[in-house]
Amino acid sequence: MQGLNPFGHRDADQGRPAPVRHVPSRPAPQVGAAKATPRRDPAPSRLAYRLNRMMLRPLMRRLIRVGLPAFLIAMVGGIWLSDETRRANLYSGVDGVVDKVQHRDAFMVQSMRIEGASEVVDKALRAMLPVELPASSFDIDLAKLREKVRMLDAVEAVDLRITPGGVLTAVVTERVPAVLWRHARGLELLDKTGHRVASVTARDVRKDLPIIAGEGADRAAPEAMALIEAAGPILPRLRGLERVGERRWDLVLDNGQRVKLPEDGALRALERVIALNKAQDLLSRDVAEIDLRNEFRPVLQIGNEAQNAIRRARGQAEIGPDGKPLETNPSVAAGQKNSTKTGTNPKKT
Amino acid sequence: MKDLYQGQRAMRNMRRQAMQRGVIAVLDIGTSKIACLVLQFDGPGQFRETDGVGPMAGQSNFRVIGMAHTRSRGMRFGEIQTMAETERAIRTVIQSAQKAANVRVDHVIACISGARPASYGLAGEIGLDAGKVAENDVSRVLAACEVPDFGRGREVLHAQPVNFAVDGKSGLSDPRDHTGDKLAVDMHVLTIDGDAAGNLVHCIRRCDMELAGVASASYASGLAALVEDEQELGAACIDLGSGTTGVSVFIKKHMIFADAVRFGGDLITQDIAKGLRISYAQAERLKTLHGGVEATGRDDHEMIDLGGDTGDWETDRRQVSRADLIGIMRPRVEEILENVAGILEAAGFDFMPSRQVVLTGGGSQIPGLDTLAARMLGHNVRIGRPLRIQGLPHNATAPGFSSAIGLALLTAHPQDEWWDFEMPAEAYPARSIRRAYRWFKNNW
Repeated sequence: MQGLNPFGHRDADQGRPAPVRHVPSRPAPQVGAAKATPRRDPAPSRLAYRLNRMMLRPLMRRLIRVGLPAFLIAMVGGIWLSDETRRANLYSGVDGVVDKVQHRDAFMVQSMRIEGASEVVDKALRAMLPVELPASSFDIDLAKLREKVRMLDAVEAVDLRITPGGVLTAVVTERVPAVLWRHARGLELLDKTGHRVASVTARDVRKDLPIIAGEGADRAAPEAMALIEAAGPILPRLRGLERVGERRWDLVLDNGQRVKLPEDGALRALERVIALNKAQDLLSRDVAEIDLRNEFRPVLQIGNEAQNAIRRARGQAEIGPDGKPLETNPSVAAGQKNSTKTGTNPKKT
Repeated sequence: MKDLYQGQRAMRNMRRQAMQRGVIAVLDIGTSKIACLVLQFDGPGQFRETDGVGPMAGQSNFRVIGMAHTRSRGMRFGEIQTMAETERAIRTVIQSAQKAANVRVDHVIACISGARPASYGLAGEIGLDAGKVAENDVSRVLAACEVPDFGRGREVLHAQPVNFAVDGKSGLSDPRDHTGDKLAVDMHVLTIDGDAAGNLVHCIRRCDMELAGVASASYASGLAALVEDEQELGAACIDLGSGTTGVSVFIKKHMIFADAVRFGGDLITQDIAKGLRISYAQAERLKTLHGGVEATGRDDHEMIDLGGDTGDWETDRRQVSRADLIGIMRPRVEEILENVAGILEAAGFDFMPSRQVVLTGGGSQIPGLDTLAARMLGHNVRIGRPLRIQGLPHNATAPGFSSAIGLALLTAHPQDEWWDFEMPAEAYPARSIRRAYRWFKNNW
């Protein structure tokens, strides 16, 4: 070791003293600077270590990354909104912006144009509009309005749209009255599908229309229309159709004659009657009723006049319209029926 | 030995748990540095056969996802001297390894380098009633080993069955189902100082980590530094650490001897610091930058600035030649190697078929060490770098990390220890239900 020491010129037995410091030759080391930065322990404290390990847990990391920001945002928002004034300001601000956008000129509806509507319907339509014009198109719910208009009986279809000029256009297809319906509560106009169009006060309002009557006649209106169509030659004599038992039709002619049509195949039966009428002039005779309810067994009920003619020819007492024998010979007419079955008659044709 | 059995078994279960979770840390607590590797176990099947990667003894199924090393504190001769300081160092290194891996680690496998290891060769023999080695005979023969008195306060760190023999046939690694009348076993037991081991366990517990295993550092560095052939044919691994120099002898892929010298590179640094009157840190710097053990004529002319921060201009401007430095280092290195040679002689290394010596550890990086060691220990000396494992950063491939890497390898591919076998039925208490269960299981 001695040989290695290049500075070993001092006495060997003394041991090596500390190196001599040449005090004035250079400035003293700055004590303050050394003190200012004491060597920090690089080891984490127990608490820091535990926290660090806790933070490395997957659940914890997700909580910090997602849960905490979400919670903070919710909390700040909640606190800010908890004040009544701020909330009102916020709402009014939002409403103001919405209003501003909605009431731009591009979105305004200035007027309403209705095409193809009668005066009554036109008035009703205008009354149905939920807002006073001019109004924003956002305030007009077209689908709802369309539904509402279609609830009107007189309107069959309506085409509502807002055209670029700020015009609300309604193209209305009105129902065309095809038939009058008389029922217990009054008189109504029906279109050809049987839908109600309007009420009328008297038959004279629409003399041109045929009339149907009876409960449930409106539901069978298309059939009635077909029957009326088919009644061509006897149409001038037709007073109307009557629905019986909500099941079948009676054709009523002007002098009280009645053609009872069957439930099924009413049209065919009517054609048969017309053919009979053509061939034998059936309806201008004294026939009170033609019963075609059973296809295979048509029944004719002859009128009072004809009955008496027959009775007279047989030498029997005449009967009155009520079926009672006239006073001249009451004893004879007591058991008489006022109808006679003449089943073979129509079959001759 | 039964409480040890339970303790080691508990650690083994902990290790299995950690493997299931997939993340485990290995911790090499040395005298000058602490290294921590965080291992991720992806399981087998990470590589296909077509990738050109074979099973590689279980090394391919894990990778290093985090590595940190820091200066060790409170350690001396591979033992914990100041518990609080060491705990801080462990905390530092684990925290930075976790940060690197970005994963929380709960299980740690540690190695201990010092603590006066002592190696024992145990032999046991039993007769086989069935004429065939059954499953429970293995544990029976392990239990039949004659256990010497280890001394007070000693703990068994490793107890590995090294060799089985059935009748005359020796050298069996798995004696099950061999026919014969006698089963014999050779077991290698490594004991360490119980207090030192207890201190280590305590420090790791204080860091909120579960200890999943303890291994000897000499053993671990042998696993990392020796290639497979050397382990098979016989070799000694000398781990030149800073506080201790570990020696482990391998043959037939089993450790048959391990010991440690309580000298190391630290002492060389101290010698330099004392001899040149410089600070310890400067001495360490001089040693690593300019150190050597073989002086040449050129070294007389190569002057080295000592440097320093004493504040004294004269002192800080001193120079020494490299030959001076070598002159300080060489006697100490020779002393260490002499001690190692003594240990190897005591271990009977001269009678091994292949006398390969592998130097590893931070001290093995001294230039010229291999020629010096060859002169002192025998001709077959090489400097061993640790095995390369997947994901290891480049700065951790130095020889100083061989025990950490060996520990990772041991974790991936653990050696059968005595406590991995089932306890023989006789060892249970007389009225235990488990004893009855085991008896039924063995006899039906």
